[in-house]
Amino acid sequence: MGRSSFRQTGIVLKGLIFDIKRFAIHDGPGIRTTVFFKGCPLKCPWCHNPEGIDPSPEIIVSDDRCIACFDCVAVCPKGAIAEAGRTVTIDRANCDLCGECVRVCYAEALEIVGREIDSDELMGEIRKDRIFYEQSGGGATFSGGEPLMQFDFLAETLSMCRDEGIGTVLDTSGFVSSERMIGIAPLVDVFLFDVKHMDSSIHERYTGVPNGPILDNLELLAKRGALIVARFPLVPGFNDSAENIEETASFLASAGIEEVRILPYHKAWLAKYEKLGKGVRPYMADVPSKEDMSGVIAAFRGHGLKVAVGG
Amino acid sequence: MNERIERLREQSVSTTPYISSERAELITEFYQSGRADYLSVPMARAQAFKYIMEHKQISIGNGELIVGERGPAPRAVPTYPELCCHTLEDLDILSSRERARFDVSDEVRESFEKRIIPFWQGKTMRELVFDAMADEWRAAFDAGVFTEFMEQRAPGHAIMDDKIYREGLDGMKRRISDSTAHLDYDNDPLAEKKREELEAMAVAADALIALARRYAEKAMELADMENDHARRVELERIAEICTHVPQNPPGDFWEALQMYWFIHLGVITELNVWDSFNPGRLDLNLYPFFRRGLEDGSLSKEFAKELLQCFWIKFNNQPAPPKVGVTDEQSATYQDFSLINVGGVDIKGEDAVNELSYLVLDVLEEMHMMMPSLCVQLSSKNGDDFLKRAVGVVKAGFGQPSFFNTDAIIEEFIRQGKSIEDARLGGPSGCVTISAFGKESCTLTGYMNWPKIIEITLNNGIDPASGKRVGLETGDPSMFHSFEELFDAYKNQLNYFVDVKIHGNDVIERMYAEHMPSPFMSLLVDDCIEKGKDYHDGGPRYNTTYIQGVGIGTAADSLAAIRYHVFENRSVKMPELLDALSKNFEFNERLRLMLSNEAPKYGNDDPFADSIAQSLFEAYLEAIDGRPNTKGGFYRVNLLPTTVHIYFGRVTGATPNGRRAGEPLSDGISPSQGADRKGPTAVIKSVASFDHTRTGGTLLNQKFLPQLLQSNEGMEKVGALIRAYFTMKGHHIQFNVVTAETLRDAQEHPERHRDLIVRVAGYSDYFVNLGKGLQDEIISRTEHGEF
Repeated sequence: MGRSSFRQTGIVLKGLIFDIKRFAIHDGPGIRTTVFFKGCPLKCPWCHNPEGIDPSPEIIVSDDRCIACFDCVAVCPKGAIAEAGRTVTIDRANCDLCGECVRVCYAEALEIVGREIDSDELMGEIRKDRIFYEQSGGGATFSGGEPLMQFDFLAETLSMCRDEGIGTVLDTSGFVSSERMIGIAPLVDVFLFDVKHMDSSIHERYTGVPNGPILDNLELLAKRGALIVARFPLVPGFNDSAENIEETASFLASAGIEEVRILPYHKAWLAKYEKLGKGVRPYMADVPSKEDMSGVIAAFRGHGLKVAVGG
Repeated sequence: MNERIERLREQSVSTTPYISSERAELITEFYQSGRADYLSVPMARAQAFKYIMEHKQISIGNGELIVGERGPAPRAVPTYPELCCHTLEDLDILSSRERARFDVSDEVRESFEKRIIPFWQGKTMRELVFDAMADEWRAAFDAGVFTEFMEQRAPGHAIMDDKIYREGLDGMKRRISDSTAHLDYDNDPLAEKKREELEAMAVAADALIALARRYAEKAMELADMENDHARRVELERIAEICTHVPQNPPGDFWEALQMYWFIHLGVITELNVWDSFNPGRLDLNLYPFFRRGLEDGSLSKEFAKELLQCFWIKFNNQPAPPKVGVTDEQSATYQDFSLINVGGVDIKGEDAVNELSYLVLDVLEEMHMMMPSLCVQLSSKNGDDFLKRAVGVVKAGFGQPSFFNTDAIIEEFIRQGKSIEDARLGGPSGCVTISAFGKESCTLTGYMNWPKIIEITLNNGIDPASGKRVGLETGDPSMFHSFEELFDAYKNQLNYFVDVKIHGNDVIERMYAEHMPSPFMSLLVDDCIEKGKDYHDGGPRYNTTYIQGVGIGTAADSLAAIRYHVFENRSVKMPELLDALSKNFEFNERLRLMLSNEAPKYGNDDPFADSIAQSLFEAYLEAIDGRPNTKGGFYRVNLLPTTVHIYFGRVTGATPNGRRAGEPLSDGISPSQGADRKGPTAVIKSVASFDHTRTGGTLLNQKFLPQLLQSNEGMEKVGALIRAYFTMKGHHIQFNVVTAETLRDAQEHPERHRDLIVRVAGYSDYFVNLGKGLQDEIISRTEHGEF
């Protein structure tokens, strides 16, 4: 069989990604390689991949790795880097991401997050662990950010996986036009679909977008028989009210979803916000207690849903 | 585990090993008495063995079902003064050091001072070996280029097959008579020598039967005094068993375990052999007894388990005899590498997993002891249920069982010229090296320090630590124009050191054949009886000698950094690099980080570095594989470290991969500590990129937090990881479940632990990339077993 329609233009498409993780074992069945696409229409302040939100490359500084050699200050053509005690600060408005500083930073304190990759190169990376996918029933997972923001690139890569018999999982916020969601569905084995809040205005206040298109897309996909695992990030103070959980569970159950995975709020990402240096204030809350968790699990189970915690 | 097992187990794990002078005293008495004066060497050794077996203390512990101790009591460890006679200073070190410490009583000290040392000093194998070595050998040994296994322990690595259960010692004695009757004194000039050797074997067999009889008598004596009826019945049964085995083939499961145990005691009393001894394919060999017992109702599964638990404790009661000097540093552990095998295939190549395989895994999990070790042989013929059960035991967190690739091992055996039947019934013999069970002498002779050889190459034959010339003059590296020139120089140095090591081995092999025959071990290994030749003298069907390669990760990364920065990118000049290495990167942290972070590294599925690892492997193979030893067999290679990567690291200066002087080398075939940053699948692809089937064994350690194995799904994924590695013909993999202590070290020294992956919350990340707060949280979770 020939390459799918997405490849017929003869143009090699490029995408912007910020990480490729091999031996990903919490992003779908089996052993997987997860590709993180950069750029997301939502701006959740609890996001554990905040470096995936901005749809363009960014420079980050890890203060703890800096050995204060200040080679970067010397090489920066824009003079955008300044010494700051035992580390450096970057005038990001003045920085054009030329990468000179990163090249001389052997301590790996400076990094550019986000790199262009073409679909052939990306497939090369994905193919590397094919033997592990075969043994475990795994494959590739596309996450982010929101992979559907780079629709053509995503569709091309997914169809290349299909052609090569590599399983596909799409981890999505669901915030995309219904045409795109329907268009991508035939190329995806399993959707990991985030549902964050049932009240659209609260949803919009925290994430920057209403939930209408998300919920519509979930129903639409479910109706068409797509395999969907719902993901519910449990964020205290945002979506943990009994009422919202009840409504979410009821919605998922009536949409025909069978399995929900609860992702409890955690603080692993706090350091990342500092490194990004954007002055964004991350969402602060207490980590859900065991009792909270069992209440939430019970509520979902009450609607006949299969519940797991984590990935 | 019931009260009996709990008590016996507790006694075993809580007793600090201590030195017993019993064996040393007895063997001294024997040789001092003049009894050996007019005997051939094999006969003298056999009579000495018999003297020990007839006079040593008999110990039956309260509640024991399997009986017999090597020393006078559990955890009492003998010494072997004919091999290595410990000095009083050695005893001080043994009793005060941190690792593998032994208690030494005043009586023991006095016995050494008054009787043992005066008799043996100047006559030990250790002294003979060092005296016989050439200056070049000594220089390389002192520099830490290689170690020497035979300087205080004897060649061993023999594993039992099923013959003891079929024949009993009487059966072996019948074969000895046959073989003696067929000696051809007219045409075989060695016939008389063979007769002596065979006669010595028969004496050794009688010696063990005598020991068992003494156990039978002791059991009867205890039974007569016993008030508890149930225990009295047990003791009477023990007396009966010890009268029957090892002389006759065992009749049931209990007798079969006791049979093996007597044989084990014989081997580890006769000599202090490397990788003590082990029953090999326990599930396969004992299954007929197990099944018959269940079928005729004479054995319950519960009692079979209890017997196995008693059996387990016996191994833990026998820590490795004390090691000193470099030998201690290369193998600083009480572990004596009794590696019980389960799984794999039978003689026809079919799935050998049975009910007993599962029962043994249950015992392993419940006993949670350091010894014996257990490995799972995994063939594509073995089902996933078995694999999953084995992975479930890994969760217990003590690095067991390890996993071996039966299908690859069979290929390795066939390449070495073994028959397909012997290959299918063989396996790993102690650590990871393969052996045809009951048919092979596979001798590990020492570790070879690859990074040290690179260091010597970069210094044109000089060891910078001493300033002395230990290698060849292969040229000033600053004058080299290409990477190939450097690699050729390395190969010349390597070949030189391999030659030096093999010349030494040739001498040492003959010394063991002449001075230290082991008639008891010879009984057990085919075809010593048929050939009338000793285990150390080419008697076994197969005779393989190994030199173990160490530091492939450090070596590959070092050469990759030079190739990348000096010869390709020209970002560093050779003199600058050499200068920085000689100064241990002082005042040049920038260069160290550049070498360490901005150069290709083995373990990341990166062909640049992996191809160098392959070249290093090929060079090693070419230097060693197929060379003849003095026993009619051949040299093979294997890659494993035990604890030598610490010692070798200590004697190796800064290396071009950014490693500072004195830091440990990479272990086994693992990447350098922290160099692998792409996770376990990339590690596995890198380490499988060279051909394991042309080795006799490789060792791969992987680290996981226990969280990974918490869920069913997690266990299946680890199982799939193992299957994938084995599809790529990897030889061995074991999983160390990471402790809180390791995590704390990772917090302090992130550069050493960049490969450590932890589950955070619904996803995994590199531990060193997490903020301190989260790291603390994970440490406390790991400590408290909450995931």
